[in-house]
Amino acid sequence: MDLHARRFIPLLGFVLLSVLLFRGLSLDPTSLPAARLGQIFPEFAKLELQSGDVISVVDLNQRPALVNVWATWCYSCRIEHPYLLELAKSGVPIYGLNYKDDPVKARGWLAQLGDPYRLNIVDDEGSLGLDLGVYGAPETYVIDRDGKIVHRHVGVLDQSVFRADFSAWFPALMDAQAPVAQRALDGK
Amino acid sequence: MTASRVVLARHGRISFAWSLLLWALTPVAHALIETYEFSSPALEQRYQVLSQELRCPKCQNQNIADSNAPIARDLRVVLVEQLEAGQTDEQILAFMVARYGEFVRYRPTVDRNTALLWWAPGLLIGAGFVALAFHFKGRRRVAAPALTATEAAQLKKLMENDSL
Amino acid sequence: MIPELGHISLIIAFVLAIGLTVIPFWGSFRTNVAAMNLAPSLAVGILVFTATAFGLLATSFLQDDFSVAVVAANSNSLLPPIFKFSALWGNHEGSLLLWVLILSTWMTAVAFLSRGLPLTMIARVLSVMGLIAVGFLAFSLLTSNPFERLLPNTPLDGSDLNPLLQDPGLIIHPPLLYMGYVGLSVPFAFAIAALIGGRLDASWARWSRPWTNVAWGFLTLGIMLGSWWAYYELGWGGWWFWDPVENASFMPWLMGTALVHSLAVTEKRGVFRSWTVLLAIFAFSLSLLGTFLVRSGVLTSVHAFAADPERGLFILVFLALVVGGSLLLYALRAPAVASRVEYNVISRESLLMVNNLVFTVAATIVLLGTLFPLVMDAFSLGKYSVGPPYFNAVFVPLMALLMPFMSIGPISRWRQDSPRRWLHELLVPAIAMAALAPLLSMMLFDFNLWVALAVLLAGWVTLGVLRDVWRRLAVGGSGGLQWQRLSPSFLGMTFAHIGFAAVVLGAVVVTQHSEEQDLRMTEGQSAELGGYRFEMTHISQEPGANYVADQATFVVSYDDKIIATLVPEKRRYLASGQVMTEAAIDAGILRDLYIALGEPIGERAWAVRLQYKPMVRWLWIGAFLIGFGALLTSLDRRYRVQVVSGQEPSPVKGQGLGFAR
Repeated sequence: MDLHARRFIPLLGFVLLSVLLFRGLSLDPTSLPAARLGQIFPEFAKLELQSGDVISVVDLNQRPALVNVWATWCYSCRIEHPYLLELAKSGVPIYGLNYKDDPVKARGWLAQLGDPYRLNIVDDEGSLGLDLGVYGAPETYVIDRDGKIVHRHVGVLDQSVFRADFSAWFPALMDAQAPVAQRALDGK
Repeated sequence: MTASRVVLARHGRISFAWSLLLWALTPVAHALIETYEFSSPALEQRYQVLSQELRCPKCQNQNIADSNAPIARDLRVVLVEQLEAGQTDEQILAFMVARYGEFVRYRPTVDRNTALLWWAPGLLIGAGFVALAFHFKGRRRVAAPALTATEAAQLKKLMENDSL
Repeated sequence: MIPELGHISLIIAFVLAIGLTVIPFWGSFRTNVAAMNLAPSLAVGILVFTATAFGLLATSFLQDDFSVAVVAANSNSLLPPIFKFSALWGNHEGSLLLWVLILSTWMTAVAFLSRGLPLTMIARVLSVMGLIAVGFLAFSLLTSNPFERLLPNTPLDGSDLNPLLQDPGLIIHPPLLYMGYVGLSVPFAFAIAALIGGRLDASWARWSRPWTNVAWGFLTLGIMLGSWWAYYELGWGGWWFWDPVENASFMPWLMGTALVHSLAVTEKRGVFRSWTVLLAIFAFSLSLLGTFLVRSGVLTSVHAFAADPERGLFILVFLALVVGGSLLLYALRAPAVASRVEYNVISRESLLMVNNLVFTVAATIVLLGTLFPLVMDAFSLGKYSVGPPYFNAVFVPLMALLMPFMSIGPISRWRQDSPRRWLHELLVPAIAMAALAPLLSMMLFDFNLWVALAVLLAGWVTLGVLRDVWRRLAVGGSGGLQWQRLSPSFLGMTFAHIGFAAVVLGAVVVTQHSEEQDLRMTEGQSAELGGYRFEMTHISQEPGANYVADQATFVVSYDDKIIATLVPEKRRYLASGQVMTEAAIDAGILRDLYIALGEPIGERAWAVRLQYKPMVRWLWIGAFLIGFGALLTSLDRRYRVQVVSGQEPSPVKGQGLGFAR
């Protein structure tokens, strides 16, 4: 039997392809990282939901902080709301981005369910959401001490998600989870 | 023209090979109406092209022209605004990519990461022709064997019946 | 009871498939004639039991047995019976059963139509196909049992078949497509059997060639129907979207195209054997890969998936075994490449090499483009999308490169030809077309460079094959036309090439000259497009079998002459509440007029899309000619004789000439 190295090329190619496909089984093709990661939070001049003052990015001055994209039409927002209240109580600064919503309804919601937000940006046209690269609600961003966007989570924020992906920026809150926190810092 | 112009956003487009899989899909195959007035036909033309080259970030695999997702509608509105504001195609695409990443472009940019993708067709065809050239060149020196009389007769017959 | 019987049938088929994989294969090495003779009976047995399972599942659908999970999820008591039946393959589990049924049909066909082949060959071919059946039956039984029951929580009614699929197109499109996909397993099995037996010669090529042509023809027809269905059913007049799931069917077609041509050389000339065998493996591998891509959820498609990693892993392991195994076999056993090249650069062989080059590159590029986002993701290089702009940018030049070679191909001679003869043969067509192309494109539409180029290339190809037809007919010089010289295989090739030219022309014209308007229209209003006048005369609401339809009636006229009355619909299906656009089309050879309804805007006004689609039919007429031509070739006498004679086929001429190595 004469063996030619060249004839193994198709097999080799197929092996590589199989490894790729196997890797593909554990990847989520629909997950989309935020394009704004690592950039300063975009400039804006919007009304504050409760006070009616015009606020801008410099008013997000308690950092690191969470920016939570929410709306009264968003069902999942209601699910994560109690956890946001809990986080706010334990000292995590949370800013709200009231996304494509009716401010009156939004105020009613906060009055009824409690208000975890330091400030709430009224983005009724969704233009700030667009600048952020938001594609739905709820979404939660982390901005670090320098005002940079360092993380985004799409979907409901709960305790396990927070421990895994958010605690790195809030070490005081989660001293016990140091290794996990390190991972979160490195990754994503 | 008696009817006023509107843009009919297309969506619920399901490609045919869908029937290869046909799972639990729930497309909404109806249209959603938006009345974009364009100041010139050239802008409308560019709108058609760009809205089909931009991918809806939240959908499965649809461009923003075909999708009924709220985000796709928002992006269409932005697209129209930017076109009317006189932005170039490059500026508009850059705007979208800055917010939603390279993912939104159905026509990937040519950069270090995508070089392989864009160069592969030319390289493969080129390499193929080079390989063919070597195939012939490396063996040209070997003369074709002389045919025996029988073989020549067979060959002639073969040539005449050379149906594929 | 019926579903349980179906399940049992499927299990019996599975056991028989294991038998078919093992017993004749073992027999072929021990020269155990009894064991080898078992192969055809086992193939028939598998067909009988899968057909039984299929029939029983169909019965469950027709009887509205909503205790069966698949029926409950994909059918409804209001559904017309024909759609209840086709709903069977409108889902993952049922379509897999159809796949197995078609595979066993191909096995049985091979068993009966290949009696003239050596017994060891038949035994091995059927064993290889049996192995594929084992894989798919196991897949069905272990991960996607179509007979799973919803007991005791049986729903009162089913959740309905997706309205998009309630269409005659869906009744035949998937079976045709699967005939093609699965049919590629036959040349694959022949290739593997030949590699095992070390008998890769011209007779092997002759045996597998008709099967390949038929499978490829079905694949062509399946893709064509799918494209046509998308055009009229999806409501937006598109005909090809480069979605991953479409690419999954296109890749085996491209590779199959290369295979069909390469087999011609191997059969006729005994060369390219190693390459042909590799193409046979590739073509079927791509069809398996398509199954993986479509059913695993590794790629995003418009087709919403019930993504199931377990299923994905199962197919991947199967894929690795079958494809990896056959490529290993190839690496170990492929014949040495002939040390001498018995053909000139100027020869039909080298033109067919160019064909093979273009089509394998095309298949590779579709694969690359489809998997590129996955590659980038796997290496954490970011999320990318590769869509129609990329594929079109690559495909147009590739096909343009192909066509000049294609025009010379059929008139060229094997082994050695001369540029002068080519020039002599093609000079007149070339000049004629070069002069005619701009003229034709100007006459039909406004002048357009791309259309002129397409007319030129398509014209070359067509005139080239027609000239060949004429040469054959008129040979002998006795004045009479010699029709008997047009063999089915020659005619098939002629049809396919003309069909290809038609597809190219249609694609270019419809892309360049389509017109489209989106309008808000009320009763009595009219609009103009492409020289036609569309008047919306009235709006009404009509009940359908399982839906209610809003209809708008349009009267279309040209030069004040009424041409057609078109009634596009907007249907709301009662069971699911889904809304569907049913476009109205006035079809024609030179143009389609296409109207689709959007949504009502205010009082008695509708959003309407009007489209003028010139020569769009040529796409499907052309594709039909390709598929028909491919099927026609298999009727050639030289394949039939072999079947009837029941003897070992005599050595092929090429071998006798000492060209085969």
